[in-house]
Amino acid sequence: MIHEQLSVLLVVIPLLAAPITAMFNKLSWSWLITLLVCASCCFFSAWLLMDVANGEIIHYELGGWAPPWGIEYRIDALNALVALIVCIIALCTTIYSRKSVEQEILPYQHGMFYAAFQLCFLGLLGITLTGDIFNVFVFLEISSLASYALIAMGKNRKALTSSFHYLVLGTLGATFFLIGVGLAYAATGTLNMDDLAAKLPLVENIQMVHTAFALIIVGLALKAAIYPLHLWLPNAYSYAPTVISIFLSATATKVAIYVLIRCLFNVFSLEYVLTTWLPQIMTVLGAVAILYGSVRAIGQTGMKKMLAYSSVAQIGYMIMGIGFLSQQGLTASIVHLFNHALMKGALFMAAGLYIYRVNTATFENLKGMGREMPYTFFAMLIAALSLIGVPGTVGFVSKWQLINAALEQQQWGMVVIILLGSLLAIVYVWKLVEVLYFQSAEKIRVQGVESGSERIGSSPLGMTSAMWILALACIYFGFNTELTLGTAGTAVDLLFSAGGTK
Amino acid sequence: MRDNLILRVTARILIPIIILFALYVQFHGDYSPGGGFQAGVIFSSAILLYALAFGLDTAAKVVPNQALIATASLGVLLYAGTGVVSLFFGGEFLNYSLLADEPTTGQHIGIIIIELGVGLTVAAIMLLIFFTFARRILN
Repeated sequence: MIHEQLSVLLVVIPLLAAPITAMFNKLSWSWLITLLVCASCCFFSAWLLMDVANGEIIHYELGGWAPPWGIEYRIDALNALVALIVCIIALCTTIYSRKSVEQEILPYQHGMFYAAFQLCFLGLLGITLTGDIFNVFVFLEISSLASYALIAMGKNRKALTSSFHYLVLGTLGATFFLIGVGLAYAATGTLNMDDLAAKLPLVENIQMVHTAFALIIVGLALKAAIYPLHLWLPNAYSYAPTVISIFLSATATKVAIYVLIRCLFNVFSLEYVLTTWLPQIMTVLGAVAILYGSVRAIGQTGMKKMLAYSSVAQIGYMIMGIGFLSQQGLTASIVHLFNHALMKGALFMAAGLYIYRVNTATFENLKGMGREMPYTFFAMLIAALSLIGVPGTVGFVSKWQLINAALEQQQWGMVVIILLGSLLAIVYVWKLVEVLYFQSAEKIRVQGVESGSERIGSSPLGMTSAMWILALACIYFGFNTELTLGTAGTAVDLLFSAGGTK
Repeated sequence: MRDNLILRVTARILIPIIILFALYVQFHGDYSPGGGFQAGVIFSSAILLYALAFGLDTAAKVVPNQALIATASLGVLLYAGTGVVSLFFGGEFLNYSLLADEPTTGQHIGIIIIELGVGLTVAAIMLLIFFTFARRILN
């Protein structure tokens, strides 16, 4: 019985647990509940992925209402892979979170914090699993509203303004998406993705469909922080509580990119996308994002903000891969989506450990901390090398795919930009290494108060082990690409065959 | 707060009627316009009127913050719980038809319970929002 209900259980478990967590306002209980929720979701999503890895598609009718009218969950290799990475990151984040939350979040907010975390988690899972485009909007709002609240809980007062900034831009993006969905509904009379895909070609040339397409893409681009629309990201990620920085940087934008892929290939067909300028725009924006994000990352003076700008660059790689509109390019994007979640998660966890120990993550205060905390430094180094794309790490796998995709289409300029992006990544990673390892520690005074004076002597086991899990995963998936490349290959085959039959 | 006799007397007459109307909108929602969300908002407006007429502290005694959080959570649990019950009966999540022998009866029961959950959550959240901002301004 449980087998048929797997897809909905992923959403139902956090939905049941979140209100219970909100009622318990004790850290230990809410942490334990969240841990159980994430662990079971992780298990179920792995099971789900095994079911669909061979190219099968699971349909689940919510409430027993048949698809074009009722809401349908539709799971294939692509969304099972995205759901799995969201679950893995959520689980690692929860393992990591306990001490960090204790330090950063006010005691009376602990229950609410974990409840909102679970709501955000369930929203992201819902977005990935659903096959109904309006349902995507609903879950998008659930996860976004939860993340606005979570970001605002950051200790720094700037967390409030950056959360508000994100709220305004995020709402704008969601509204664009909703108007687009509304127009598509007006043109076709359906909200189901499969049904839309079947009916859109019949009305392809009316103005309303073009408008719907443009609005949906721009709305999602805002949510995914694609280059000119990335402005909310750096502040939101750097002032959020550490746990939330880890979780959101590794999942939120990825899920938006997943919806983008779904809309481009499944809802609007490949042929339709080819008639627009979008592929060229995406490739160019991806290239600009890579250069801009990396250059801005080099200029930062704080670790979290540097990582946030590096995220902007990494999103550029994914967008460029989608923009190639080739099987290999799309595979590269999907694999990078998975891999980037692993490495950014590990890097933000390392930043969080430094914050836990020194209370700040600005480079001035981090001088020499790498020698003081060698294990954290080493895990960070693995993830950072992966960010550059050194062979043997996950970053290499996806960049290699992307370069091959660019070579396949003889886009020499893009090859140069990908390589240049890696060079720039070396620069900012080196900056990090130099500050942490080669500069000698010194006491800094901020406005007369000695900052970094309240040091904590040791790193909690939960935090370090979660970080090491992700860091080792960076190496493991760098050698064993069966799960990532294999599943991404199946997913891409499905996406392209869906475009071919219509 | 200044003693405003007219406001208090009117509130005392109006509040029961508002609550009654909220309950009507709540439980008649599957036949006529209405439902949990509207009913929740109307219900919360009754308490809100009470708070305006008799003061924030008196209202907070009637509906303490902890109770509001618990009610809001219970509403969500009721909603999700109904879905899970239909899972246990072997159907899909939120498949009400299985809640009773007769599918139509099951659908009636299902929608009433679900809307009750929505009503509880909406009423509690509306009041939480009001109290949070009202306290902030007073402090």
